[in-house]
Amino acid sequence: MIQRTLYDKLVDSHTVRKLDEAGNEVLLYIDRTVLNEYTSPQAFSGLREAGRKVFRPQAALGVVDHVNSTRPAIRKAQSLENRDRQISYFGENCRDFDIELFDLLHPNQGIEHVVMTELGLVLPGMVFAAGDSHTTTYGAFGSLGFGIGTSDIEHYLATQTLAYTRLRTMLITVNGPLSVGNTAKDIIMAVIRRIGADGATGFAIEFAGSTIRQLSMEGRMTICNMAVECGARGAIVAPDDRTFEYLSALPRSPSGSLWDTAVSNWQTLSSDPGAPFDKTVEIDAADIEPMVTWGTSPDQAIPVTQAIPALDSFQGAEERNHAERALAYMGLRPGMHMTSIRIDWAFIGSCTNARLEDLRSASSVLKGRKVADGVRAIVVPGSSEVSRQAEAEGIARIFMDAGFEWRQSGCSMCLAMNDDIVPAGERCASSTNRNFEGRQGFNSRTHLMSPAMVAAAAVCGHICDIRDMEPGSAY
Amino acid sequence: MHIEPFIRKSGIIAALPSANIDTDVIMPKTFLKGIDRSGLKKGVFHDFRFDADGSPRPGFVLNKAPWNKAEFLVTGANFGCGSSREHAVWGLRQIGISAIIAPSFAGIFYDNCAKNGLLAITLPADKTAALVETARKGKPVTIDLLARVITAPDFSFDFDIPERRRQMLLSGLDAIGATLEMRRDIEAFQARYLEERPWLAWSER
Ligand code: SF4
Repeated sequence: MIQRTLYDKLVDSHTVRKLDEAGNEVLLYIDRTVLNEYTSPQAFSGLREAGRKVFRPQAALGVVDHVNSTRPAIRKAQSLENRDRQISYFGENCRDFDIELFDLLHPNQGIEHVVMTELGLVLPGMVFAAGDSHTTTYGAFGSLGFGIGTSDIEHYLATQTLAYTRLRTMLITVNGPLSVGNTAKDIIMAVIRRIGADGATGFAIEFAGSTIRQLSMEGRMTICNMAVECGARGAIVAPDDRTFEYLSALPRSPSGSLWDTAVSNWQTLSSDPGAPFDKTVEIDAADIEPMVTWGTSPDQAIPVTQAIPALDSFQGAEERNHAERALAYMGLRPGMHMTSIRIDWAFIGSCTNARLEDLRSASSVLKGRKVADGVRAIVVPGSSEVSRQAEAEGIARIFMDAGFEWRQSGCSMCLAMNDDIVPAGERCASSTNRNFEGRQGFNSRTHLMSPAMVAAAAVCGHICDIRDMEPGSAY
Repeated sequence: MHIEPFIRKSGIIAALPSANIDTDVIMPKTFLKGIDRSGLKKGVFHDFRFDADGSPRPGFVLNKAPWNKAEFLVTGANFGCGSSREHAVWGLRQIGISAIIAPSFAGIFYDNCAKNGLLAITLPADKTAALVETARKGKPVTIDLLARVITAPDFSFDFDIPERRRQMLLSGLDAIGATLEMRRDIEAFQARYLEERPWLAWSER
């Protein structure tokens, strides 16, 4: 028998039929999608113009998250008065096409990927395609998730399928215990630095190894989420007991005898021993240190203990130009120590790092401390549910006592499509996933890092090494 | 949606040789507030093309003749990485770009191109470098999708492109219409698939 990877199994089990002889291109059945207000409107307009129906409305969920304000008063007005065209058209589309909608006042509203995973709508063995690149998050559950554009959203809605080209496969193994101060965010940032921003373009990644196995589901989600920043369109962790235990507590997970049937199916979801991967990468967890970006691409990252590399250290003219340009944009110079860089903003949020575990880890740094003078600090929980839990646990209080603004859920300053914008020339320590030029606002400067590192930077007023801070005591 | 077929086109090629040009840069968020595909011309490379006060930056290639009339782009690797926003492709089409040549493209962007009649061609870096030179001289090139050849004044290159994608571009095919012809296959697959996995329907509303 041919040894197959988990990725191959997921694609094979969802192949309606081949579209070419080799089976490289297939008509792929998609289990489910999540829609947002900014990438879906033209897809619905397309359906309306062609007089087409949604193939399986119950396999879609609509969530408002990208453009809404996270300030309670503005948000309420935005919802009640439908002042935003994208939000009101989205509501109209979900109603007309009979799709479940979490609007701004819905108790389950939140960032789409956080909402999907906390409800139990993402189960092992499924295939997801959605109009957002971070759909890769769902791979943490042993499923295949990938981002698509608006034309493909329309294609999915009308047909429940996509014409799909098989990817090559990459196995990334991370082994060994993670040392104190390091998180899943640091692992994925180290991976991206190692293989480059296009290192996995054309690939689906499977993450394996003892370090990955020891991670919580939240940590695995962070890793799969950010795998798209090295180009992967699919990032998978085979499901295990930790996955099943996590799922068993979620509101829409199957229960009773269906649960048992499901688990026995899910237990078969792993790559066959010796299955061939097109590429393999091995990482020793002992080499990982807390990571920070210095440039405008997620692979322009270094351990926080280091200085910005000299221009001569870059291979080739193009890499060097890229670095030079990035440093000019960021207002930094080679040789500067990362810990000497002062910040104006601290942002904890996004589908990468705004789940309860992330807020817990940041709040443990903030307990008994204050945000430094001159730093504006904001925390935007990943979902309304995360927000409620954090309030119940007393975490919200810790953030507010430290001087953070406690907001309502949404994408917010991760892409700055709402009113949360880093002003030109100002610098933000951010728990998000993209440090692109202008990502957090025109001429804004972003440094990506883990939520705990953002909290530490907020307290210090400059980027600092989390390991230099005692947990929970005055700095 | 009607798509203009791409068979053979000639025109000026503009060079943007940096790697990892992302879709936030190609189409900044300020231009994503619409609910239709139109009106995106101004947004394309906005922060490269315009100063903070809105005046054009004379140094940016697409603001200078002859490249302000460019039909094609040659770019660095991993073009179109980042956000899935198809607005990036719509905008490029609206300013008249009909083909992009790069050592590699980000996956979502690459798929979005085909859906909008934008030909994305992958060529090895030494060949894109030669095209960057042609672009800098302001010389025109011809791209023939039927023959799969790019012809510049000093050289010509063959290129590969997946056959289904080529056919779609050549004919301006309606992808959804084509898939719906396989509707029976999809329905049969779905019935069997869901029957074998009864827990899936459970989690639906
Ligand atoms: S939080 Fe950021 S990365 Fe995640 S879906 Fe929203 S905008 Fe995209």
